[in-house]
Amino acid sequence: MSTTQHLQDFVTQVRRDILRQVHQVNSGHPGGSLGCAEYFSVLYQDVMEYSVDFDMDGKNEDLFFLSNGHISPVFYSVLSRSGFFPVKELNTFRKMDSRLQGHPTTHEGLPGIRIASGSLGQGMSVAIGAAQTKKLNKDTHLIYSLHGDGELQEGQNWEAILYAGSKGVDNLIATIDYNKKQIDGATDDVLPLGNLKKKFEAFDWKVIELKAGNDITAIKEALEKAKGLTGKKQPVVILMETEMGNGVDFMMGTHAWHGKAPNDEQLEKALSQNLETLGDY
Amino acid sequence: MKIYKNTGNIDTRSGFGAGLAELGKTNPNVVALCADLTGSLKMDEFKDNHPERFFQIGIAEANMICIAAGMTIGGKIPFTGTFANFSTGRVYDQIRQSVAYSGKNVKICASHAGLTLGEDGATHQILEDLGLMKMLPGMTVINTCDYNQTKAATLAIAEYEGPVYLRFGRPKVANFTPEDQKFEIGKAVHLTEGNDVTIIATGHLVWEALEAAKILEEKGISAEVINIHTIKPLDETAILKSIRKTKCVVTAEEHNFLGGLGESVARTLTLNYPAPQEFVATNDTFGESGEPLMLLDKYGLNAKAIIEKAEAVILRK
Repeated sequence: MSTTQHLQDFVTQVRRDILRQVHQVNSGHPGGSLGCAEYFSVLYQDVMEYSVDFDMDGKNEDLFFLSNGHISPVFYSVLSRSGFFPVKELNTFRKMDSRLQGHPTTHEGLPGIRIASGSLGQGMSVAIGAAQTKKLNKDTHLIYSLHGDGELQEGQNWEAILYAGSKGVDNLIATIDYNKKQIDGATDDVLPLGNLKKKFEAFDWKVIELKAGNDITAIKEALEKAKGLTGKKQPVVILMETEMGNGVDFMMGTHAWHGKAPNDEQLEKALSQNLETLGDY
Repeated sequence: MKIYKNTGNIDTRSGFGAGLAELGKTNPNVVALCADLTGSLKMDEFKDNHPERFFQIGIAEANMICIAAGMTIGGKIPFTGTFANFSTGRVYDQIRQSVAYSGKNVKICASHAGLTLGEDGATHQILEDLGLMKMLPGMTVINTCDYNQTKAATLAIAEYEGPVYLRFGRPKVANFTPEDQKFEIGKAVHLTEGNDVTIIATGHLVWEALEAAKILEEKGISAEVINIHTIKPLDETAILKSIRKTKCVVTAEEHNFLGGLGESVARTLTLNYPAPQEFVATNDTFGESGEPLMLLDKYGLNAKAIIEKAEAVILRK
């Protein structure tokens, strides 16, 4: 188990990586990436069992699927700092001939990625498929997945949610990045999601409400609780309330930084709020 | 001219069902997924014999395609089954991102393709699926002609690593290819030798091409019939070798001329050996309800149409 201090330092460095990646190419999605820095860090540093000697089939290890692929900066930072590929490769994010495409892909062979994502709404189904194969293979490891809350507006999610609940896919822990924001504004203004807890429960899921989705300890507790609920004929979902842009004061409390990179001055200010811990790439 | 014997009319979808049932016994990694059309796709035998490897997804094709993509992770070989329309147009983005771009070993098996679906009408009669699938990088596209070939293709694609679109159909049609054939992906099958015109056909129109060749022979025209079961990758070597000899070609398919086999052949000719070509295909139109054979006649997709185009293309040499 990692110490809380280590995880906090890890998160701070991940934030720097996110900001520096999107700043360098003046594109990408810092808001949601920052909002999920703690979740990714806890998942990869403390919760999942996996090998960094990457193998697509991932037998006898836990697997993670990112459905809202636009938050690739946080995924790339955490994968590299967990040992899947050299940290200095973050320098190639979104550049030509890079394995770090704008949205994650298996196509360029980046270790740690098992499916392309970006076109929203597909990851829940993919995660269910991988979970079913785990069962066929008598592999007791778990499938984790992350989805945007706005992404739940894609209808395919509800096909998948119905299927997983009805068929009792109980080796899957899905997490919803419940920041209540999307590109055009608040989800409540774009297309209200209503009561997500009741909706998932109505589809026969176990629901964990995580109010402090940017708190390392709370995330750990929620994931451990979720693990304890697996294997009981129901899928598990964590409604993780996060702050888009978390850790950078001027990026918080707004949807404006969903898909916008900071300029030089903004970068400097953001980095000054997150001092180097594990060494910049 | 070599004459082929019809050993009895049977649907190509039953060839798929038989192949899948055999794979159930021989390949433990094969899993099957269906979107509420188990009977129509002839997947019952697999389902009954291997219930633990059969996944009823319900009427949710997008979910089915992506579940299949996920199931490859860990070594399974998923075969999805639904109608051609719901296997392609309805789920194009799912196939594009989660299967083709992700390079997943999913076999998309599609029945009821084309006009010969019949009475259900244009909502179900997709005539654009070959084009849609052909355009996806890395996708193998197969359209089989009879029961035996469909069964053989089903077995063969399980051995091949990579995404495949396998297209077949609903009506009972002539079964004339060998029962024990070895199906080679991407390899054309020469059916008759001829000197005056090459007829390149796929799917249900291969038998029609053979019928046309018999009548053309009576008229003193020697036709070389090639069965192109794999539209992508296309056996350009076999196609060019034949057309260099006959100097002209008719392509025949149960598909729109836009995006189909004919266009792939035309590109091959343009780049290598420009020659006159005529297309037996639908003419940028939707289908309609009706009896399959009557529809094929109305839309010009039968032996009669192939003969007319053959006579026309020879005059253009």
